[in-house]
This record gives sequence, C-alpha cells and structure tokens, in this order.
Amino acid sequence: MDIPRDLVAASATPLVLTILAESDSYGYAIIKRVGELSSGQLEWTEGLLYPLLHRLERQGQIEGTWGASESGRKRRYYRITADGRAALAGHQAQWRTVSTALEAAWTATKLDFGPTGAFA
Amino acid sequence: MTDALDTQIDLWRAHMERHATVATTDVDELEDHLRGHIESLAAAGLSDDEAFLVAMKRLGSQDDIAREFARENSKRLWKQLVLGASDDEARSATANGWLPAVLFAVAGAVLVRLPLFGDINGWAGESYARAAGVIGLAAVVAYLLWRHVQGRTLTVAVTGGMAALAALSLMYPLRSGGDAFLSTMLHVPVAAWLLVGLAYAGDHWRTTEGRMDFVRFTGEWVIYMTLLALGGGVLMGISALVSSAAGVDPTTVLTEWILPCGVGGAAVVAAWLVEAKRSVIENMAPVLARVFTPLFTLTFGVLLLVVLASGNILDLDRNLLAVCNAILVLAAGLVLYSLTARSDDAHTGWFDWLQVALVAGALALDLLALVNIVTRIGDGGWTFNRTVVLGANLILLANLAVSAWLLTRVTRAEGGAVLRLERWQTALLPVYGLWAIVVIVVLPPAFSLVNT
Repeated sequence: MDIPRDLVAASATPLVLTILAESDSYGYAIIKRVGELSSGQLEWTEGLLYPLLHRLERQGQIEGTWGASESGRKRRYYRITADGRAALAGHQAQWRTVSTALEAAWTATKLDFGPTGAFA
Repeated sequence: MTDALDTQIDLWRAHMERHATVATTDVDELEDHLRGHIESLAAAGLSDDEAFLVAMKRLGSQDDIAREFARENSKRLWKQLVLGASDDEARSATANGWLPAVLFAVAGAVLVRLPLFGDINGWAGESYARAAGVIGLAAVVAYLLWRHVQGRTLTVAVTGGMAALAALSLMYPLRSGGDAFLSTMLHVPVAAWLLVGLAYAGDHWRTTEGRMDFVRFTGEWVIYMTLLALGGGVLMGISALVSSAAGVDPTTVLTEWILPCGVGGAAVVAAWLVEAKRSVIENMAPVLARVFTPLFTLTFGVLLLVVLASGNILDLDRNLLAVCNAILVLAAGLVLYSLTARSDDAHTGWFDWLQVALVAGALALDLLALVNIVTRIGDGGWTFNRTVVLGANLILLANLAVSAWLLTRVTRAEGGAVLRLERWQTALLPVYGLWAIVVIVVLPPAFSLVNT
C-alpha cells in the first residue's frame, strides 16, 4: 500500500511520541519499531525521522542525551518529557476523532473497499 | 566490522559534513544509524559490502538528507524557500540581482529628496520631519513587496498601512519642535518599521518563525546601514576637504543632495544586501551579539553605579533619564537580536548567564527610571512627555521581567525554554506598534497639544 507523504508526515509526531512513551529509544530502533507497528507498511526515511526528533527536542517534548551503544559507539538516546506526554494525549484525542468519524461514515454507507476488512 | 567498511563510512562522513546545513552531531547520529542498519543486515547474512550498499540506498541521497536537515536546523525562511522551491530558481536569480535593487534605491533617493524642493522652513519641512519614517522606508517596503511577491491582500494592507500612517502623522496641527511634534517624529518610524516587517515576512507574520526572521532581518539591516553610513561619512568628509581646498563651498551639495539621497538609497541597498549576501552576516551576527552583550552588561553596571553614587536616586537629571531610556531600548533589542543568532543545538553556557546579567541590569535600571517618572508625575502631575516615557518604560518592564524569568529557565537547560522566549519576544512586536499609534494619535489631543 502506498501511503501518501502528507499522511506519513502527519502521523509521524504521534508515532514517535508513542514509541518514546513505551520506552527510551534511539533513531534506528525507532524506525525499526515503526516498521513493526505498521507491519512494514510505513517506511520512514532518516531524512524524516532525525529532523523531527530535533524539532520535538527544541519544543521540549522530548529530551536527547549522548550515550553509548552496546558496542561502545556514540549514540543519541531520546526520552519523552511531561510536555511530550501532554502533547501525545492531544494527538491521541485528535486521531481518535478522525478515525471514529471515518469509521462511522463508512459503516453508515456500508462502504468497504479494505482488503483486510478492517472496517467491516 | 572490517577496516574496508570503516574507510567507506569515513568517506561518507566526510561527504556528509561538507553540507553546511548538517551539523557534526547530526552526522554522528546518522553514522550510528548507518552502522546499526549495516549490523542487522550483516546478521541477516549479507557481506559487509552488500550491507553497506543496501544501508546507503535506504539512507537516501545525501542531498535529500541535507535538505531535510536544513528545514529543521535553519530557522530561516529563506533556506526553506530556496531549498524547497526549485520551480522559481530563475526568478530568485533575477530577484537577487543588483539592478532591481539599484532601481528601487534610486526611487528611494528621489522620494527622500523630492519633499525638500518645497518650502523647507515652512509647512513642507514640518510635514517632512513628521512623516520622515514613512518617506524613508516607503522604497524599502516597495522593494520587499516586489522581492517576496506577496499576495494581493497583504500588498494592499501594507501599502494602505503606510498611507494611513503618513496621514496619521500629519493629522494634527502641532507646534513645530514641540513635545508632541518630536514624539511623533520618533514613533512614526517604529510603526513604519513594523509595516516593513509585514512586507518582509508576508503571510508568515503570524508565526513565531516568520517574526523571528524579520527580527534577524532588522538586525542585519541595521548592521549594513551602519557600515554604509560609515563609508558614506568618510566619502563625504573627503569630498568636503577636497572641494574646500579647491575653494568651492560643498555644504549645500552635501547636506541638501548627497545626504538625503544617500540615506534614501542606502535603506534599500541595505535591505538588498541582507537578502543577497546572507551567508556573510549569518556568521557575523552571533559574533556581534557576543561582543556587545558583555559591553552592554558593563555599561549597565557603570550606569547603576553612577546613579547610586549621585545619591539622588529619586531625582535623576532629565537628560540622564533620557539616556537611560535609550539604552534600555537598545538592551531589549540586543536580547531579541542575540536570540536570532542562537543556534538550535547551542548548549547552555556562560553566554546565557551573561544575558541574564544583562537583563537583570536593565530591569534594575528600568525600575529606577520608573520610580523617577512616577515621582515626577506625583510632584508635577501628568504631562505629555511623562506619559509617553511612562508607557514605554512599562512595556519595557513587562518585556524585561518575563524575559529574565524565561532566560533563567534557558540557563537551566529546560526543554522548550528558548522557544517560549522567542514566542514572548515576538508577541510583543505588535504591542510596540500599538503604543506608537497611541502616542501619535491619542496622546497629543489628550494633553491639548493640538493647535487650534
């Protein structure tokens, strides 16, 4: 499935915040986790993730610290802040509203093009 | 991992670091990412070479990454515009050219010179002085509107705003050289400059980024204007010496032609230089902020000492009070300006503490000034001048107090503190404009300074 760029970009912030709310993490692991969560449907590029991480850090929603990987390599770890959790709650409410509205509309019109029958 | 792989990664690093928009720490982070990916691919059975190639392919082209990083790393709208908009590159090449700038500069010079043909000692001269802010900046506004191709609504709003401001500045018959006359002269440029900002930032004026970009533009414009003024001053001095030596009196030509035309033209040329030679000043701005912040902090210390040593804290000299106000405005400007020079990944350091000291000094001085003004009002009642100064000082007090509080949070490296400081400072910009309008429009009749 080809997910449009706009949709990927819009869902990127809530996804990163959610993954960091699960546990502290770093760039490569976040991209892997996104792949797992979306069963490989969402493929993020580094050009999307790292600037996003830096922006969230500047806005105080996440905190980055330099640490070391298992093999002793320099690695930047990220942690969600209280502001980030509050922002995530907002994102969650917004996305639930959108998704509920879509599902309700599709159920009402008995439309179902989905191959997986997710909305059946 | 093998040495060959390390060499390849080092080569990739070297290429990556050559991009101005990608910081070294960004490359560190990307390298960790690349190596992590290569490890997992190698664990899946690929050879080092294969894993490197696949990981590189996933990482995307270097230019793409550099561009994405530029979007985030740079708070400058222009970089986003340049990097994002490949469709009108041809246009931006023309727009950066010197010819349009020179044409607008000539228009600016003519605009500043034309009113001088009128009766300069009579009504024309007075109107000229009162609307000087609008006359001097009209060409800059026109140039920016043309340069940034703003929408129709915005163009109409800015043009209408300039015309309205000119009308407001001439609305009342004021005594020439009187208090209201002088304060109108001083406040019209403030409002006019905010219209320049609107022409510059366009539809981005509502966003903090757009306003910060305008603040940066302002700082760089002032630097270029100062440089041009210095150069122009030297040239005028030399011409004066040469023509005096040749027995010709140069005063008329210099003061009535060269000076006004030069100022009108330089305003546009400075705006063009900010736009066209950005990378030069971009490196200069942080240096200047770092040079002047300590100097100003020192000045505040000295001023406070002078005031305290005079032993007359409640009865400061009128002129000293005026100097205090001028310096306070400069300090507020400096805090705002050094904010634009701050890089995103800047670590909390001595400079932040110095800024706290600067703002604390300014606050002390502002409180002192306020106490004096209030005492004067208490003793001698409300006057036009006291009200104008009181208003400006109250705005400054609010600005400095909140800035000081936010700056201490920056020194504690609190996440998002810098962003909050930027929001606060840029939110105040329209307030300055509103106060300027109040001073021009409301206060003169309120204190019956309008001639009937």
